[in-house]
Amino acid sequence: MPPEVNTTFGTTADLETRDMLLNVGPAHPAMHGIIRILAKLDGERIHEADVEIGYLHRGFEKMSETVDYNGVIPYTDRLNYVSPLINNMGYCMAVEKLLGIAVPERCHYVRVIVAEISRISDHLTCIGASAMELGAFTVFLYMIKAREYLWELVERVTGARMTVSYCRVGGVKGDLPDDFAEPCRKAFQETRKVLGEVDGLLTRNRIFADRMNGTGVISAEDAISYGITGPFLRATGVDYDVRKDCPYAVYDRLPFDVPVGTRGDNMDRYLVRMEEMEQSMRIVERALRDIPHGPVQVNPGTGRAIPAAEMVDLAKVGNIVAIADGSALACPTLEGSNRAAHESIATHDKRVFLPPKEDTYGNIEGLMQQFKLVMFGHGVRPPRGEVYFPVEGANGELGFYVVSDGSGSPYRVRVRPPCFAIMSALAKILAGDLIADMVPTFGSVNMIGGELDR
Amino acid sequence: MNPLIESVRQCFPDAVAASHTYRGDATVVLRRGSLLEVARFLKEDPAFQMNYLMDLTAVDYSTFGKRPAPAFFPSSGVSVRPSPQIPDEDPWPGPPGCSRFVVVYHFYSVAHKHRLRLVVPVEEANAEVDSLSSLWPAANWLEREVWDMFGIAFRGHPNLKRILMYDGFEGHPLRKDYPVKKRQPLIGPSN
Amino acid sequence: MDTSFLTTRLDEAIGWARKYSIFQYPFVTACCGMEYMATACSHYDVDRFGAGLPRFSPRQADVLFVVGTISHKIAPVLRRVYDQMAEPKWVVAFGVCTCTGGFYDNYATVMGIDTILPVDVYIPGCPPRPEMVLDGLMKLQDKIQNQHATGVRPSPEPRPLIPEP
Repeated sequence: MPPEVNTTFGTTADLETRDMLLNVGPAHPAMHGIIRILAKLDGERIHEADVEIGYLHRGFEKMSETVDYNGVIPYTDRLNYVSPLINNMGYCMAVEKLLGIAVPERCHYVRVIVAEISRISDHLTCIGASAMELGAFTVFLYMIKAREYLWELVERVTGARMTVSYCRVGGVKGDLPDDFAEPCRKAFQETRKVLGEVDGLLTRNRIFADRMNGTGVISAEDAISYGITGPFLRATGVDYDVRKDCPYAVYDRLPFDVPVGTRGDNMDRYLVRMEEMEQSMRIVERALRDIPHGPVQVNPGTGRAIPAAEMVDLAKVGNIVAIADGSALACPTLEGSNRAAHESIATHDKRVFLPPKEDTYGNIEGLMQQFKLVMFGHGVRPPRGEVYFPVEGANGELGFYVVSDGSGSPYRVRVRPPCFAIMSALAKILAGDLIADMVPTFGSVNMIGGELDR
Repeated sequence: MNPLIESVRQCFPDAVAASHTYRGDATVVLRRGSLLEVARFLKEDPAFQMNYLMDLTAVDYSTFGKRPAPAFFPSSGVSVRPSPQIPDEDPWPGPPGCSRFVVVYHFYSVAHKHRLRLVVPVEEANAEVDSLSSLWPAANWLEREVWDMFGIAFRGHPNLKRILMYDGFEGHPLRKDYPVKKRQPLIGPSN
Repeated sequence: MDTSFLTTRLDEAIGWARKYSIFQYPFVTACCGMEYMATACSHYDVDRFGAGLPRFSPRQADVLFVVGTISHKIAPVLRRVYDQMAEPKWVVAFGVCTCTGGFYDNYATVMGIDTILPVDVYIPGCPPRPEMVLDGLMKLQDKIQNQHATGVRPSPEPRPLIPEP
């Protein structure tokens, strides 16, 4: 319908106009993931935005009902795939709460260390990708360079760069390597250098500031009523961080600050994330200083861990009952030696160490332990019950609601995805902004498809 | 007895069907009709101030306890014993009532830092609950997801349509009677 | 097929030019996208292979990198993107979810994009290490080199029929 020709020099309010519907379709240039935004535009201003998700729905909750408790862990890796260790940790702690067991303190410290490293890599990816969408390609390259250092660090600990499956119900897969502190220090040195460079490139950059200041604003009350948590909420001024308010693992012993913004716009979110990375590095450094020595794994059946040497000794005198309850600490390289016991007992002495894998298959004691945890249908069997356990994910409160019916696989595993809440508020945030503001706003949401759609 | 549960019981004695604090999570089982007023009370009452609707989900209890759990050496004496820090005096009472579905709400208060879980049993024949989207906009998408995955309708929801699955999809995937591998492809073979 | 000296040399030259100027369309959906980003950036630079410029429009791209799980909801979109690309075009299935569906054998996932598109190179891995991606890229380059200039290439092997259990 053509606009009515007004011959009496009226204002644009007299013209009949129609909103243009722009479909920012599921396949779009932003690196963040596949969603569809149907924007009703009036010129360049967005009147209304309809956000459609679900393009990466992979059935996490349905799949987790088909495997056993430890088998859900690879699926949790792929939820928020830029910070997989936080998801692993959240799920394992939820199941441990259901079981009612406590893991050794060292295990808590290890989990905190790797979770914070994961959080740093998540924020690096988020800021890097959103800067790239605004045209700052150099920042993206720098951030990914820093992320590579962190991923090499994660690879030292877990064996994989990204989808790690590191935590287990009752502990973690293996201890930190002995020489972890030095590469960690170097990686953080590089990361701090990169953060300094990026700060110089972006924070007071006129173009960046103009695009980020005042765009994508949300008020604190709106954020709370939409269920938004994490850096998005803290940028609006509300000081809610699960690590401080409902502390878990050993966060209550580690001093760190929680950065809180004021205006709730994109610039504040960027600044909050930059500062959070620095705080995470502080947590890791302090945790590495305070970490106690000791075992990292616990038997989900009883909660008691025994060193391998002791287990073999008990088996030799026929005390099977004592070892039936316990779990031996096996080295992840499967050579059968316990590193902690290594230093205090004569090395390579086969009579006192847990036999290597070939003997597990030839020896009844090792076989029993192996069988008990690995065979399908046995494994971890929590009592009937339901629990909800929240952890601080990189995007906000990541909660796991686990219902168990007493059998070997979970009855229901529900993930409370932090970016789901943020995305539900996206329509409200975008209304009133220019179409070009959609790019930095969507970038600062840090939408991770695996978590949003599960 | 948990103070939160106490206050809810006092203010709404006929709405509360049961309650427990399994593993420290305060849980209240509500009757379906009183959900909206209890939720409003939780949000507005100064002692509660539950300004966060953290999570809204559902559970299908139709096969609860019916899956085979093979016995492993029942005479071995190996069983799950919780650690002393977590009291286990009151075991979990089990799925509430004989209804197939249960809608679970998790609330949190920033001011008081306490959490509460509301559990509302819903029968299969009349799978409908009041919508909380008038109180918390967060409920909008969460309820759409429950509709999509379970088929539980929400009265008063502004836009109840599928959110994670596509429009041509028939059935509700997270129900226990929906087979995992049953595909309904839009294009391509149903491999 | 004309196999005279000049056309063979011409084919080789065109193949050489095509393989060192790959404009990719990265159809990034899931976790493999992180490894794709890592491959594209400074550490495991893919730009040294000439493939460093992603074109975010299917009309301007020649290689479609399908990165990450394809669900049934996005499958028609993927097919449409593939159809919009102009010949010659190649498809790389990046990550095991695109090769065969990965461990998401459920109601929502396409078990391998070769059920809806013809695929040229499969890069398995969950996610594949950047070295594997570069190896796959080099295999793709060999394939492009050995292709006839008109884009005719041997049709892919049909999928083996696995009987239902």
